[in-house]
Amino acid sequence: MGGVGGPEKLIVNGKRLDGRKLNEMREMEIKVGVIPNADGSAMVTLGETKVICAVYGPKEVLPRRNLDSEKAFLNCVYGMASFSTSERNRPGPSRRSTEISKVIADALAPAIFMEKYAGLEITVIMEIINANAGTRTAAINAASVALADAGIEMRDLVCSVASGKADGQLMLDLFEPEDNFGEVDMPLAILPNTKQITLLQMDGMLTKAEAKKLIEMSMKACEQIYELQKKALKEKYGSEKESE
Amino acid sequence: MLKQYFIELLEKDKREDGRKPFEYRDVSVETGVIARANGSARVKIGNTEVLVGVKLDVGTPFPDGPESGILMVNAELLPLANPNFEFGPPSKDSVELSRVIDRGIRECHAIDLDKLCIKAKEKVWMVFVDIYPINDDGNLLDAGALGAIAALKTTVLPKYDEKEEKVIHKELTKTKLPLVHSPVMTTFGKIGNNKFADSTMREEKAIETRLSIVTTEDGNVSAMQKGGAGMFTADDVIELIEKSAELGKKLRKLVPSK
Repeated sequence: MGGVGGPEKLIVNGKRLDGRKLNEMREMEIKVGVIPNADGSAMVTLGETKVICAVYGPKEVLPRRNLDSEKAFLNCVYGMASFSTSERNRPGPSRRSTEISKVIADALAPAIFMEKYAGLEITVIMEIINANAGTRTAAINAASVALADAGIEMRDLVCSVASGKADGQLMLDLFEPEDNFGEVDMPLAILPNTKQITLLQMDGMLTKAEAKKLIEMSMKACEQIYELQKKALKEKYGSEKESE
Repeated sequence: MLKQYFIELLEKDKREDGRKPFEYRDVSVETGVIARANGSARVKIGNTEVLVGVKLDVGTPFPDGPESGILMVNAELLPLANPNFEFGPPSKDSVELSRVIDRGIRECHAIDLDKLCIKAKEKVWMVFVDIYPINDDGNLLDAGALGAIAALKTTVLPKYDEKEEKVIHKELTKTKLPLVHSPVMTTFGKIGNNKFADSTMREEKAIETRLSIVTTEDGNVSAMQKGGAGMFTADDVIELIEKSAELGKKLRKLVPSK
């Protein structure tokens, strides 16, 4: 954050550089069942950010050293395609992607009945096809829907969005210039039915009151995302009796 | 089993070593412990011991910061400190540890990296912070972060020969690293609905989740990271931000000023 060569202002006449209001999310599209080979899959588009996710499993744990006799081994792998970034991204794991894979696994695990899959592996592969900020949160939204598509037993879906601060203002769903040149980035994920936080990262500088407001703002957006996820699942599986 | 035991204790506001939930073990910070390093510190939190050394070198700046020095934080989790650590490429835990500590320093601009430029686009100072756990009895994150700040506080630049354009590592100057903030990290565990600070290794085995919060002198938050396959509520987070500012103030006082 705070690199050089950024735009002079990130908010002009009360609007963000892509025309959005401060509490407005980019358009999100979710498609379920995009990879026939996978047990479950999904694609999420958030503005220009696009991620494709495949779930394989439950299956045998390989290598065996990852086996956990009490719960599933949730193997999450986040990666960025070489052509997804402005400068070519060297394929393969990096320190950044290793950390993101770990926090995504920690964000998804609370939603899954992990003990039901004791001794088995669930593999979640998330590849960023095009990156314009919010890639880890888009990946979580895709993964949670793909897990449901794979028939993995879950307590809830997981909904995720990154919000932050730029030009001194709190805002929802940062896109690239705000992510690169803004002051704060805070990705968050929740289980929408219990409002429990399963992913929280933050860097920048916030007062306690701002942190509180930002969490609230993101949680509200997660409710919207939850509706989109349910809609996408219903599109594939047909709408059964509406509970509402 | 272990989890149930800790829950029962915590519900009575107790820990197995006699501490209160938000009490740290004894913390000590020593600096200047490694003669060859440009800055160094040894931090002990109970039986957890971490060595941090800072080395400086000169290198080419990144294209997105042609006039900024470079900060690199790395953690070497050797099996020396914990038999569960493995030799070989860095594990997910070690990558997370170093990246979370890195962001704690970087994001509040603790080091004025713009003052570390020697020649724009060509030569800048590179600050390497290496964290070596010596004994892991839990809470390496807080120990490593505190050690990093203590070591950076004592860091002096080696001599730079402008004619030869190289560093003379054996000659130290009197110039200190420009450190403008002292961010302090505090990490909280959660078991059941019980939250507490400074987990021991046994507690780390039982916790469902943890939240690390970095605060600066004014009590503002400069970084957060949730880890582990558990959950926090929004109220938990706000409560822990308050606790972090409070505990951070105490820990910051333990860092020697030179």
